[in-house]
Amino acid sequence: MAAEKHILAVLVEDHPGVLNRVVSLMRRRSFNIDSITVGYSEQPGVSRITIVLRGEPYEVEQVSKQLYKLMEVLKVTDLPERESVVHELMMVKVATKGASRAEIMQIVDIYQAKIVDATPTTLMIQAAGGEEKINALLAMLRPFGIRELVRTGPVAMTRGASGTQIKSHAIAAD
Amino acid sequence: MAVANPKELKSQNGNRTAERVIEVVEEARVLTGAQITCAALEAEGVTTAFGYPGGAVIPFYDAFPTANLHHILVRFEQWAAMAAAAYARVTGQVGVCIATSGPGATNLVTGLADAMLDSVPIVAITGQVIQPLIGRDAFQEVDIQGITLPVTKHNYAVQRIEDIAPTIKEAFHIARSGRPGPVLVDIPKNLFSERAAYSPVEFKGRRGYQPSLVPNMRQVRLAAEMINKAEKPLIMAGHGIMISGGEAEFHEFVEKTGMPVAFTLLGQGCFPESHPQALGLMGMHGHKHVNAALGECDLLVNIGARFDDRATGKIAGFAPKAKVVHVDIDPAEIGKNVRTDVPVVGDAREALKLMLEEVQPRQHSEWRGWIESQRNRVLEAALEDYPEWPEPYTIIKAIRKATNGEAIVTTDVGQHQMWTAQHYGFDYPNRWLTSGGLGTMGYGLPSAVGAKVGRPDLEVWTVVGDGGFQMSFNELATAAQEKLDINVAVINNGYLGMVRQWQDLFHSKNYSEVEILGPDFVKLAEAFGCTGIRVTKHEEIAPAIERARSINGPVVIDFVIEPEANVYPMVPPGASNSDMVHERFDQNEL
Ligand SMILES: Cc1ncc(C[n+]2csc(CCOP(=O)(O)OP(=O)(O)O)c2C)c(N)n1
Ligand SMILES: [Mg+2]
Repeated sequence: MAAEKHILAVLVEDHPGVLNRVVSLMRRRSFNIDSITVGYSEQPGVSRITIVLRGEPYEVEQVSKQLYKLMEVLKVTDLPERESVVHELMMVKVATKGASRAEIMQIVDIYQAKIVDATPTTLMIQAAGGEEKINALLAMLRPFGIRELVRTGPVAMTRGASGTQIKSHAIAAD
Repeated sequence: MAVANPKELKSQNGNRTAERVIEVVEEARVLTGAQITCAALEAEGVTTAFGYPGGAVIPFYDAFPTANLHHILVRFEQWAAMAAAAYARVTGQVGVCIATSGPGATNLVTGLADAMLDSVPIVAITGQVIQPLIGRDAFQEVDIQGITLPVTKHNYAVQRIEDIAPTIKEAFHIARSGRPGPVLVDIPKNLFSERAAYSPVEFKGRRGYQPSLVPNMRQVRLAAEMINKAEKPLIMAGHGIMISGGEAEFHEFVEKTGMPVAFTLLGQGCFPESHPQALGLMGMHGHKHVNAALGECDLLVNIGARFDDRATGKIAGFAPKAKVVHVDIDPAEIGKNVRTDVPVVGDAREALKLMLEEVQPRQHSEWRGWIESQRNRVLEAALEDYPEWPEPYTIIKAIRKATNGEAIVTTDVGQHQMWTAQHYGFDYPNRWLTSGGLGTMGYGLPSAVGAKVGRPDLEVWTVVGDGGFQMSFNELATAAQEKLDINVAVINNGYLGMVRQWQDLFHSKNYSEVEILGPDFVKLAEAFGCTGIRVTKHEEIAPAIERARSINGPVVIDFVIEPEANVYPMVPPGASNSDMVHERFDQNEL
C-alpha cells in the first residue's frame, strides 16, 4: 500500500500514562506508526506528541477521531507536510582511522552537522534536519563504520505566524 | 486535512488551565476515604451497588452498614458488572459495581468490555494494594488500569484521598454523558482508611471532553432533504435512540415521514414492534422482508446505531442502492465501517427534534407494500401455530403471550437469544436486554438480577441456553438471597447450540466439542432454594409459564427442546444480507 505519509500534532494533558493511552489506541486499532515523539509544548500542563504514520486519508481521519475520544487529548492536527518544517535529530558515533578523520569532518561540514564528541578512534556527530538530509548524511558516513546510532524521529511545525494551539479551553456545556 | 475538532469550545472559561474545574460547594467534614467514597456515590444518586468484598476493599466495606447503599452480594465479579449494566439500562441511571484488587478486578474485565461495546454507563470501583506496595507485585496486585485501558471509556488510578470525591464525580459524568460507557476508578486500600475533610464537589467540565450534543443545522437540513426526496427510504433504528431518551421524538418522526423501521439487535424496543411501520430485526438473523428492504432501499437513515458487522453482513452488499444518513453522537463511528453521505453528529434526540421540523409528511404506501410482499409468509404461518413440540419459537411466543409483551426480557447468548430477538415482539423501550456487541455467554441470569433490582415493579424473564446458564447459574443464590422474583427459561438443547449450528451449516456437521452435559436444572433450582419446573411437551408450556409467574421468587423452567433445531433465517458469515438462508441447507448450496 503506497499510502501517504501524515504527521499528526497531538496536544495532550501532561499526565502520567497519557502516552500509554495513545500508543495503546494505535496498536489496538491496527494503525501503523512510523514514529512517535513526545515533549513539552508552549503551554504549561500540555504536552505535544508528534506521530508520523502512513494511511489513506479516511484512515488518518479515523485515527484522529479515535484520538479525540481520549479524555486527555485536547487537539489533533494533521500537519500539511509541504507547509511545515519537519525535522529530527540524529546522533551517530563513527569509527575513524588516520586519514578518514579529515574526510569525515568535511562531510560533517557539507551537511551542516556538528561534531559533539571525539576520541582517538571515534567521532560523535550530531545532525538535525529533514529526513532526506539525515539519510543522505548517514549514507555518506556508513562506509567509515557506524558504532552507534540514535534518531529522535521527526517533530514538526507549520510555517507562518499561526500555530496549532488549542484555541481556548473547552469546558463542558451540558 | 480538516478533521473537525469535536472538542471545540462551546463556552469560554477565561484563563483557567486546570483540566478539571471542580467547585467545593459545602462546608467540609472529616471522614475516612471509605466514607468519602460512599458520600461521593450518594451524591451521584447511587442507592444500589453490585459487588464482592476482598482484602483491598475491606476498609471500604467497613463504611457500608452506615451508608445509604444497598449492596448486592453477587457470586462472581463478572456478574456484578453485568448486573450493574442491566440495572443501568432499565433505570437510566449509572450502574455501580465493586471488586477487590487482583482477581476481583480482573474478573470485572469481561463485564466492562461488554458495557463498552454496548455503550452502557457503569462505574466500577476497585480496591488496589496499599500505595507503598504498588509496582512490587504485591499479593493481589494487578495493573487494572493498564488492563482495562481498551475496554473502558476512561479509567483512573486515584493517588490521594482528596482526589476520591472529584474523581468519582468526573467518572459518573463521563460514564453517563455523550456516548455512555464504563469507567473504572481504582483506589488503593490505604486511602480508604485515611481521613480527610470532605465536602461535596461539583463538576464543571473537562477540557478534553466535549461530547457534541446538538448537531450542525446544515447537516440536519441535508439529511432532511434526502429523506424528503427518497422514494424507498428505510430507518435503521439503534440503541442510541433509547440512550438519548428520544423514543417519543422518534415515534413522531417515523409517523410523519412514513418510513419503515428496521431494528438492530439493541435497537429493539425503541419503537413498538407491533406498529405497522415497524419491520423487525435486521441482520444476520433478521427477518427476510427486513433484509430485503435493506437490499432495495434508496436511502438508509441510521439513527443511533454503529454499523456492526452482525447487522450489516458483507459491507459491499449492504444497502447497495442506498445513500446513507448516519446520526451518531460519536464522530468516530461516522464512516468507520460504512461510507456515509450525510453525517449528523449529535445526540439522537436532539437530532430528531431538529429533523422533525425539516421533514415533510409522507406515506410511502407503495414501498411499504412491497416490503410486506417480501415477508416469508410460509415460515410466519408455521410459527404462528406450530403444532409440534418441541419448537423453540413456541416457547418465546408463549412467554410473550403470557406477559402481554410487557415484561423485561433478557437473554444469554446463542440460539435462544436469536429466537427471542426474532419473536418476542418488543413494544417497550429498555425492557430488552441482551449482550449485543460482545456476545457474552453468562449474561442472562445476572442481567435479570440487575434488571429486577432496578425495576422491581416489572415482571422479569431471562431466556438462557443450557450452556450459558452453566456459566452463571451461581447467581440463583444472589437472586434467592435478595428474594428476587425472576423467571429463568432454560432453552435446553443439550448443545452449545449456536456453535453446533455453525458446525452443522459450515463445517459439514462436524460436531466438535458442542455436546454439553448439564445438571438436572430442576434439582439445581431446588438446591438454590428456588422453584424448578420441567417442560417436555407442547401442552405443558403455557401452564408452566403461568405457574412460574404466580410464584414469588426465582423460578427455573427447564424447556427440553429438539437438540438440533436451528435459527432461521440466517445470513451466512461473510455473505450479504440479501443472501439469506431460510431453512436447512448444505454447504454445496452456498
Ligand atoms: C463467554 C463466551 N464463550 C464462548 C462463546 C461462543 N458461543 C456463542 S453461542 C455459544 C453456544 C451457547 O450455547 P447455549 O448457551 O446452550 O445456547 P444455545 O445456542 O444452545 O441456545 C457459544 C459457545 C461466547 N459467545 N461467549
Ligand atoms: Mg444449548
